[in-house]
Amino acid sequence: MKHTAAVNWKSVRDSGGVWIALAVFLAVAAVSNASFRSPQNLINITRQVSYSGIIALGMTFVIAAGGIDLAVGSLFALAGVVSFFAMNAAGPCEAVQLAVGFGTALGVGLVGGALNGVLVGAARIQPFIVTLGTMSIFRSLALFFAGAGLVSTGNQLYPKIVSTEILRIPLPTLVLFLLTAGLAAVLKLTRFGRHVCAVGSNERVAFYSAIRTGLVKFWTYVLVGGLAGLSAFLLGGRLNSVSSSGAGLLYELDAIAAVIIGGTAMTGGKASVPGTLAGVLLLGIVSNVLDMWGVSVNLQGTVKGLVIIIAVLIQYKRKDVAA
Amino acid sequence: MLRVEHLTKCYDAEKALDDVSLMLGGGRILGLIGENGAGKSTFTKCLTGVVRPTSGTISIDPGVSVGWIPQEFNLVEHLSATENIFLGREKSRFGFLDRRAMRDEAKRRFARLHADIDPDRPVSELSPAGKQMVEFAKALDASYRLLLMDEPTTILNAEETGRLFGIMREFRAAGGSILYISHKLAEVRGICDDVAILRDGKLTCLAPARELDPAEMARRMVGRELTRMFPAPPENPPGEPVLEVAHLASGRAVRDVSFTLRSGEILGVAGLAGAGRTEMAETLMGLRRRDGGTVRVNGREVRFRRPSEAVAAGLSYLPEDRQGTGVLPGFPVADNVTLVSLARYCRGGFLKKNEIRKAAEEYVRDFRIKPARPEALLCELSGGNQQKVAMAKGLDTRPRIFIFDEPTRGVDVGARREIYEFIRNLADRGVACLLISSDMEEILGMCQTVMVMRAGEVAGFRSGDELTQEELMYLAIGVKER
Repeated sequence: MKHTAAVNWKSVRDSGGVWIALAVFLAVAAVSNASFRSPQNLINITRQVSYSGIIALGMTFVIAAGGIDLAVGSLFALAGVVSFFAMNAAGPCEAVQLAVGFGTALGVGLVGGALNGVLVGAARIQPFIVTLGTMSIFRSLALFFAGAGLVSTGNQLYPKIVSTEILRIPLPTLVLFLLTAGLAAVLKLTRFGRHVCAVGSNERVAFYSAIRTGLVKFWTYVLVGGLAGLSAFLLGGRLNSVSSSGAGLLYELDAIAAVIIGGTAMTGGKASVPGTLAGVLLLGIVSNVLDMWGVSVNLQGTVKGLVIIIAVLIQYKRKDVAA
Repeated sequence: MLRVEHLTKCYDAEKALDDVSLMLGGGRILGLIGENGAGKSTFTKCLTGVVRPTSGTISIDPGVSVGWIPQEFNLVEHLSATENIFLGREKSRFGFLDRRAMRDEAKRRFARLHADIDPDRPVSELSPAGKQMVEFAKALDASYRLLLMDEPTTILNAEETGRLFGIMREFRAAGGSILYISHKLAEVRGICDDVAILRDGKLTCLAPARELDPAEMARRMVGRELTRMFPAPPENPPGEPVLEVAHLASGRAVRDVSFTLRSGEILGVAGLAGAGRTEMAETLMGLRRRDGGTVRVNGREVRFRRPSEAVAAGLSYLPEDRQGTGVLPGFPVADNVTLVSLARYCRGGFLKKNEIRKAAEEYVRDFRIKPARPEALLCELSGGNQQKVAMAKGLDTRPRIFIFDEPTRGVDVGARREIYEFIRNLADRGVACLLISSDMEEILGMCQTVMVMRAGEVAGFRSGDELTQEELMYLAIGVKER
């Protein structure tokens, strides 16, 4: 375990820029606004960002292997819609309904991810094209099944479960943090993680090094798909309903932005899971602070865009100095 | 034409160039030689402005434009040969590209080089030798008065080298100057007027080429006498057949290849560029689809669908194209060495970092890899050291059959010798080696038997008294049949 901690510290240092930025934003926000620094607000932020954040963790692997997944937001909606139908058809017992819902959401995510994975890994189609296509397919299926509206359940257990708090930390936040630690270890300490970075660094070299490059890419899409399903399950219980048109909207962009802000190279090969977490939190804090300052919601996208561009700019500068 | 004064370049504490001063007049060819890591690449990088010198000055006569033929190809893969040649210097008429003029000019330049290259073909479809020709054609621009050539003949055969030298002499006769960097010392003596020798970043010798024979050059490069380049031939005859290939075919590149490789043997594979030698190796490794023929490893017939199966069967391959297929420049030495054999360093999918480090430290020591740090990024290493890492990577799978594809391409004298010794030691321990090489001297020095390939087929085998440079060349170009 000591080893794990050391390695994680190293990756924290590697993605240094984002942690400094995070600290600066936290300090500015905390000083400027009293309600921002209340513990409950901070906890709320982590819960709000956890849904797209969980997806961003998986997106880190996809991008590290040189890919991209635009379909995660649509897959999130589809997994939510299908799992609600499954719950409603699962008989009277609420616990059983919940288990069925969880299994379905996760299953739809994994299958959707596997579809992307096969098209990228085996059929060798450009990931941007594949996921642009499946983004449209998944969203349209979600709309079709739900008649373009809301799907809901009367399950009383579901909201209780997903809003469980352990030591005042909400379940989605806990899942986000635990997954960060787990996936950071997978990326840095396992053969799969090493292969992901090798494929992203230079696919031909990886192929000549007897790595099954298609298979490696396949599993990255399965991973992010599964996480999209898990995230859909966690969010679905909050209102006990899913909107087929609004759920997961632009999650793919939030996830990709967090990954890039976190220091992962868009071209693949170099990645940091803790960095992605920092990117997720940074984006969450920015939008929360803007709310507190009373900045128009319509302008928040502008600020978010600037944060993304500036963060990447700072990282490229750092790289130049190092080289 | 070119004047360099007190040029010094430091990377951190290390001096890559140490107070180098030299002059190059018009109508001269200056050879620049030195071991890998002696500072040749840094010198060219300073001249071309890729890196900024720490101190010293470089002056080039006003109005002189400089052409550069880099060691690693500097081509845009998906553009055509013509488009690459005129990249950044496009000809235009009324603001539009003058495609016809550029295409005609490209054709003329290829004709001068006697290179049979379609100017419209994308560079990605050309062989390494073809890409080299495109680099030459790029440098043939009439406005250039000074050329920097970094290892231009590494992948050329004797005939192509001769043609290149002819063009270089024409260029010199017209008053142009060339800075010529090479590891091939006999060629340097043949083409250059003067020779500058770098050792550990210092200029140790600047003398007319006719006063230095290759042995003397090599001695001054390493600062010690090189008695013989090649290790002694093996004492034991080859053992049992371990690799039996019959009528191997793959696409148009490999049409009919049959041979038997025995344990402890080093079988040479000679041939001109484009004879299908690399493609043959890639087919054996499962990197390329096999369309016909049979392959037996230790008597058992095998059919590899992917490289991992070939590795599991005991095969290892050192690819020709180090940068493109051999190593990951952004990864540390340790991670490169263990990339193929990673399964051995895992428990339950998790890496045993200490063992990876220990293994890498051993290779760094055994191969004398510099810098001697397993955590150093590969891109910080010189070409020769990168090649050693690539070999360690192939060796770490504990192969019984090792295919070397141009193992000393772009590697200096000292490292080259270490690589030869390494291959010989491997064979002495019973590993069956296949040595693909375009360097005749190397093949003759290392192999007892040589297979010559031509147009995807085996043109013949030579061994014993018949194993001479002339015989191999005859077979390779097809003057003589089996």
